[in-house]
Amino acid sequence: MSEPTPRQAPATGSGITCREAIDFIMAYLDNELPMEQRHEFERHLSVCPSCVNYLDSYQRTVTLGRETHRGNTDDVPASLLKAIGAARKRSGSA
Amino acid sequence: MTTSPISGVHTSETRPEPTGDEEHLLLSRLRAGEDRAFDDLVRLAAGRMLAVARRMLHREEDAQDAVQEAFLSAFRSLDRFDGRSRLTTWLHRITVNACLMKLRSQRRRPERAIEDLLPKFAEDGHQAMPSRPWREEATCSADSTEVRELVRTKIDELPEQYRVVLVLRDLEELSTEETAEAMDMSVNAVKTRLHRARQALRALLDPYFLEESSK
Repeated sequence: MSEPTPRQAPATGSGITCREAIDFIMAYLDNELPMEQRHEFERHLSVCPSCVNYLDSYQRTVTLGRETHRGNTDDVPASLLKAIGAARKRSGSA
Repeated sequence: MTTSPISGVHTSETRPEPTGDEEHLLLSRLRAGEDRAFDDLVRLAAGRMLAVARRMLHREEDAQDAVQEAFLSAFRSLDRFDGRSRLTTWLHRITVNACLMKLRSQRRRPERAIEDLLPKFAEDGHQAMPSRPWREEATCSADSTEVRELVRTKIDELPEQYRVVLVLRDLEELSTEETAEAMDMSVNAVKTRLHRARQALRALLDPYFLEESSK
């Protein structure tokens, strides 16, 4: 399936819309926006509380995903340990 | 008496990360074909590998199968492990690949369209429904069982091709390039898909974290 490419910023000086600002969020957070687009993005945020809220909740979503799964090590059922040992013997690995 | 993290018995919760030297020693024993070394490797890494597989696959049976397949694949290719990365990192990548193979072989579950979860815009490009603020404490509660369960449930609700990219990038912390390679996609396609997946997850979490006054 073809994916649409991220929206490009309009010509300099015309400002950007919420649609464009939201398209830019990930590149903005990854410091991948060219300086001119970064300024346009920040100018938009300075006049758009809705996009400020969107950016904040987007960042928190990423943090929540990471933090709620960080460093997980699960207890391994004894049956799985046995199955791995048996499969290794069957396959003759090493 | 202290117990070596590699040869000793620990519960998975308390087992510390092995040091580079301990991994190096284990690798030498594995390459020498020492039977006990394979058991030690399994005890060392199985807990982390199972956690990865459970994040990537929906069914417990599939997760355990993937871990078993990952170990067999690792045992078979030990000679090709060049030691440039940590042994645990190498096993992590093998587990991710085993899970991706499992996912490719499975029939797709019914799922909602990603477009339903993306922000809507008016003709002039402004948000059709203004975004409202989240409660300050929303992300401070990541340790609570309730929040962990909520986030996991909502990640599971994402359309599969978006869920997998989000899990690989944000949870397993693969780079964009590594994700692209694992999924046989272009780097730009990974970026686009990840951005959409994060937006969709944001939309699914939004009702739970809105400030009371803005509900």
